[in-house]
Amino acid sequence: MKIHEYQAKELLAARGIAVPVGRPATSVEEAVAAVRPLIEQSGNPVVVMKAQIHAGGRGKGTFQENPEIRGVNVITAGIDGGVEAAEAEVRRLATEMLGNTLVTLQTGPEGKTVNRLYVEQGIDIARELYLAVLLDRASSRNIVMASTEGGMEIEKVAEETPEKILRQEIDPGFGLLNFQAHELAIDLGLSGDAATSFIGFVRSLADTAMELDTDLIEINPLVVTGDGQVLALDAKMAIDDNALFRHPDVAAMRDESEEDPAEVRAKNAGLNYIKLDGTIGCLVNGAGLAMATMDTIKHVGGEPANFLDVGGGATADQVTTGFEIITSDPAVKGIFVNIFGGIMRCDVIATGIVEAVNRVGLEVPLVVRLEGTNVEEGRRILAESGLAVVTADSLRDGAEKILELAS
Amino acid sequence: MSILIDSSTKVLVQGLGKTGQFHTDKAIAYGTNMVGAVHPSRAGETFTFQGETDHSGVPGRPDTYEVDLPVYATVRQAVEETGATVSVVYVPPPFAADAIMEAAAAGIELVIAITEGIPVADMIVAKRYLQGTDTRLVGPNCPGVITPGECKIGIMPGYIHQRGKIGVVSRSGTLTYEAVHQLTQLGLGQTTAVGIGGDPVNGTNFVDVLQMFEADPETEGVIMIGEIGGSAEEEAAEFVKSMSKPVAGFIAGTTAPPGKRMGHAGAIVSGGSGTAEAKIAAMQAAGIVVADTPSEMGEAMAKALG
Repeated sequence: MKIHEYQAKELLAARGIAVPVGRPATSVEEAVAAVRPLIEQSGNPVVVMKAQIHAGGRGKGTFQENPEIRGVNVITAGIDGGVEAAEAEVRRLATEMLGNTLVTLQTGPEGKTVNRLYVEQGIDIARELYLAVLLDRASSRNIVMASTEGGMEIEKVAEETPEKILRQEIDPGFGLLNFQAHELAIDLGLSGDAATSFIGFVRSLADTAMELDTDLIEINPLVVTGDGQVLALDAKMAIDDNALFRHPDVAAMRDESEEDPAEVRAKNAGLNYIKLDGTIGCLVNGAGLAMATMDTIKHVGGEPANFLDVGGGATADQVTTGFEIITSDPAVKGIFVNIFGGIMRCDVIATGIVEAVNRVGLEVPLVVRLEGTNVEEGRRILAESGLAVVTADSLRDGAEKILELAS
Repeated sequence: MSILIDSSTKVLVQGLGKTGQFHTDKAIAYGTNMVGAVHPSRAGETFTFQGETDHSGVPGRPDTYEVDLPVYATVRQAVEETGATVSVVYVPPPFAADAIMEAAAAGIELVIAITEGIPVADMIVAKRYLQGTDTRLVGPNCPGVITPGECKIGIMPGYIHQRGKIGVVSRSGTLTYEAVHQLTQLGLGQTTAVGIGGDPVNGTNFVDVLQMFEADPETEGVIMIGEIGGSAEEEAAEFVKSMSKPVAGFIAGTTAPPGKRMGHAGAIVSGGSGTAEAKIAAMQAAGIVVADTPSEMGEAMAKALG
């Protein structure tokens, strides 16, 4: 689960990790009201206003409605004009940002609506670094990844200058050890106060990753200030969905408006659904088979409309919900149900399909391929239902049949 | 011969909830030697499993079965009383990693974790704990392991299997069933089918299983089924170069959009790494016959066998 920058910073600050002072705002008035206390608290007349969306690249991103406005804006009007001038500029920018559509390299051309802003104190930046804690699958451990190339996309750094990426493995029994943090500090070229500040920062960050079950914490950039302190200028955090049960406070940070409504509905029903751009809807059990079904549709010349894994132990109700989600996509011209039952029993799937069709109707062709546990019973339920279901013998056969019927 | 499990394997089940009961019953029907269960809140009870034998399983068994399974509070007690060497974990996600570690501490040689949805951090700890023990973990988030006609541990439908000469190893449950079904239809059959699971942190990997199949005299060829995410398939392809036996394969996720988790926690293309294209290229470079669609996995194996 992704959370917003301001939420991530809240979680970091609560664990003693240095972040700039800031306030979230969902209205122009809230944004304006944040300016005075921020300037008075930090003693810095510069404030920064950042769009809060679940996508990166905001600094270079621009708004569809006004391409001159960026996703991150530094407001310097307060240097000469005082708090009132800063407030006026914040009002102007907030009006242009809130409710409008920010397009960045990561949002795709359709962009994302900005519903929240984060107003933050300006920071005196001496250096920009990169820091992240993430899973290293090869070692089955979290690692700290760091680089002197702060502010850059880390994938690009990894590709062009892999020697600039530093790593330290975190042993789950010990956490990140002091010498490991010290090695990173030295390799990043830090010394004195900055090195000391960094060592505390990165060790706390490693502990936080373990405590909060994060898939990823990315601080890009991590900045060294003019007076030798390190602090998280940006923060990106994603939490392991499977661990949310033990972090109700973090689970409550979920912002469903950032997610596809159909995907939210599926998730709440315990289904794995991902919307795609094609015309053939698929309902499959098992993640691997669901992916392979999409691949096969593509291989025979079609385009999948979605990924939908109903999971290993789906109920008839879940199958019905899955069916409803697929049929509510207007682009869908045909549906392919592909089930190979293990835990999943074919009779349960068949019952779910019949119930779904009876409830929501069926206006597009339906091809069903069933195999596995209780397959005879499943086929009997479908045959006796009187529904216009075309049956298929194999995955490929089913993909070819639905493509023919849908075109 | 086979790998990992055979007719002499004594099996414990950890977690006798609804799912655990359902699949324990199916395993016994198949002929698996289930010797006990671990379920603290039901310790001291005896569970009776009875029904009609699955004749696709162990040959020569009577048409019906009735097995009384003793339930223990801890794995240690269960091992002491039954001599079990293998356990299968159906414990719910919040407690599953602990169950795996408990099994290792009790000296279980092979833990097969079926549970889906275990927090990654828990598996990082479990994997660290298993280092330095003699316990092998298969899974989690996997269908289990089956040696057709001898022993079925997990959630796979038994009747699609047939004893034969092909080893199967896969990150995906349902794609394993596809491959097995095709091998059975082609008359090639299976020695053992191993699901290594769809999680980013798992126990046994492709290379471990490929090594075992390479050393197993009965196995004449191997199908490996991978998917997007991580680099386990690339490492496996590197190992296949040193194998004497032919290998066929399939990779799921060619059409998966980057940055999205495709159902399995481990199935994600991130930062341009873990793509299906890269895996297929590495496998082909190692001489693996890669099927275009899952419907052709069996044929790809037949082709690889020559």
